[in-house]
Amino acid sequence: MNRAAVIGVGQTRHAQKRTDVSIPGLLREAALRALEDAELTFRDLDAVVIGKAPDMFEGVMMPELFLAEALGAVGKPMMRVHTAGSVGGSTGLVAAHLVQAGVHRRVLAVAFEKQSESEAMWALSPKLPFQPPLVAGAGGYFAPIIRAYLKRSGAPDEVGMMVAVKDRKNALKNPYAHLQLPDISLDTVRASPMLWDPIRYLETCPSSDGACAVVIGDEAGARRAPRKPAWIWGGAMRSEPTMFAGRNLVDPRAGRDCAKDLYSQAGITDPRREIDVAELYVPFSWFEPMWLENLGFAERDQGWRLTADGVTALDGDLPVNPSGGVLSSNPIGASGLLRFAEAALQVRGLAGEHQVDGARVAMGHAYGGGSQYYAMWIVGSELR
Amino acid sequence: MRPVAIVSFAQTPFVRRTRLNDAELVMEVVTAALERARLPRHEIGFCCSGSSDFLTGAPFSFVGALDAVGAWPPIQESHVEMDGAWALYEAWVRLQHGDLDTALVYAFGRSSLGDLQDVLVQQLDPYYLAPLGADPIGLAALQARALLDGGEFTERDFAEVAAQNRARAQSNRHAQVRGSRPAGALLDEPYLAAPLRKHDCPPISDGAAAIVLAAGDRARALCERPAWIAGIDHRIEPHALGARDLTRSPSTERAAREANAHERPIDVAELHAPFSPQELILRRALALPGSTAINPSGGALAANPIMVAGLVRLGEAAARVIDGVAARALGHATSGPCLQQNLVCVLEARP
Repeated sequence: MNRAAVIGVGQTRHAQKRTDVSIPGLLREAALRALEDAELTFRDLDAVVIGKAPDMFEGVMMPELFLAEALGAVGKPMMRVHTAGSVGGSTGLVAAHLVQAGVHRRVLAVAFEKQSESEAMWALSPKLPFQPPLVAGAGGYFAPIIRAYLKRSGAPDEVGMMVAVKDRKNALKNPYAHLQLPDISLDTVRASPMLWDPIRYLETCPSSDGACAVVIGDEAGARRAPRKPAWIWGGAMRSEPTMFAGRNLVDPRAGRDCAKDLYSQAGITDPRREIDVAELYVPFSWFEPMWLENLGFAERDQGWRLTADGVTALDGDLPVNPSGGVLSSNPIGASGLLRFAEAALQVRGLAGEHQVDGARVAMGHAYGGGSQYYAMWIVGSELR
Repeated sequence: MRPVAIVSFAQTPFVRRTRLNDAELVMEVVTAALERARLPRHEIGFCCSGSSDFLTGAPFSFVGALDAVGAWPPIQESHVEMDGAWALYEAWVRLQHGDLDTALVYAFGRSSLGDLQDVLVQQLDPYYLAPLGADPIGLAALQARALLDGGEFTERDFAEVAAQNRARAQSNRHAQVRGSRPAGALLDEPYLAAPLRKHDCPPISDGAAAIVLAAGDRARALCERPAWIAGIDHRIEPHALGARDLTRSPSTERAAREANAHERPIDVAELHAPFSPQELILRRALALPGSTAINPSGGALAANPIMVAGLVRLGEAAARVIDGVAARALGHATSGPCLQQNLVCVLEARP
């Protein structure tokens, strides 16, 4: 397998409604920034991989078809990935696979969502024959899973609120982040309305318009890149069915297996010590401790202690979501690639105000569906 | 590149309205394709599928279909919101990494759940094209008109394509539409959207298909005569119809070159041409010799399950290699209005 690295990263300013740009305009904003970072043009790219969550979020079927021109893909291979909420991560991996397989030398991965074009709650709550209508969107689906975690782990109520505050404080250091809430505190989170018990309004992600792009290059391209590359040490995807008797929704096996595969590729035996910073897909605050356990950063039922002890804070021992994470910006289809891209920025030393000092190894993580689709990668500042 | 072959192919019968749901359709073809290769489910290295939420009218329709694969313990899996032919491409890329030896590819589509003409309008540029309500038949008619205006083809040529495909479909038990009427008789029919008549248009189909890929020695162990992928490539053109010469398919030409289509003669070609004039455009783009048998299955004019029909072309082409009819075959898939995006896969027998 050939070596590959991230040589360009770009993202939009994420906002509730980007009425100033069309869908192609939104993608170009991210793509052109990634190309500028890599000092390349569309002409230099061999292929384009587009990812986004359900087409109903914008009401355009297979929108990649009409985006071909805007992304300079005419005459090139273009692919469209859709693996539920993990799609942003999968998009990065599919693009990396093309380079690692030796098929292409430079590939652009772009992921987006322009949620203001539609209504995600509606799009996620269709009434299908022979299935109970949930009509509660993602929050309604995940709240019982969080309740199960709280019951199982005995974590104090405040931990979820701590995550909500931490990620929003981090977002203040990220000029691209959607939510900018300078006055956020445990008190404001506690006082915010309860949406889906135990998820309060300020413990949930926003609906965002946004896009993210990364340029992935081969080894030669990475060595020539104007800025430091983020070398891809490993990437993994796993899926499991939505429902079956005995399924562990709090700590899904697909996530565990995916992380195990990933660490083995990256030569990591103790993620808690060897990974310097992690960008995890945390759309509801309690998913931070849950994923810390699922990914092997903490023992079962102990993940919340890392949050409570400040380990996951920007100045902690294992900063989680220094960018502000999904809790601060959630253009759904792009959210996974944003995690991957932020991990790359960290090891490239280009994360600006939310840079983690001395970050050498970083993890990007995405999940989707009913906690059943996973995409992850590990990037390093040096070639492994 | 690492040698990878199609070792097994299965498809459902294609019908106007199935009584099966997505998972049931997928279950049928996945089980058949795996049984044909005698490959147990747990030995699948990578899995990739193609489908569209807009056909089902529900988000994440591919998630439910995953139940048919048996994704437990968890599997390495991906999905493209594209025809299954592109899922096969992703799987082929993944097998190049060398750590996995087998892949399962499947696609499903039920056009019967909505009004396909209306659904496919939503596939167009939402700012400039979709508001016009240009449906796929209308767009294909524009393309056909451009072809006639070019002076190289006539409506009789369209009818010949339709007659030949429907005649060949008579020996394809999976086909939805078959026919024995000669081109001359077809020309007596009224226009549906001039210059297209009903016979120039594809049927509306439900169905699914699955393919098993294997690399190197594993392919030889799973299949007596694997259909080796000699080349596979895909290209996209501008979406805006005004930005293209609709009578040409430069993306097909390019993909064919990249896929080594012209190295040696092609014995059988399966072309994904939902509308009869498109087959003429594709034949020209592929520069196929007269000796090439085109669409022995009847092609997309015999059955056109959206998101599946391209994968079926690759499967049918591979099947001709596997069953010994062809030494070298070509499978083609298309996506988007008026042949916007095209994939070419060249398959061959190897000693």
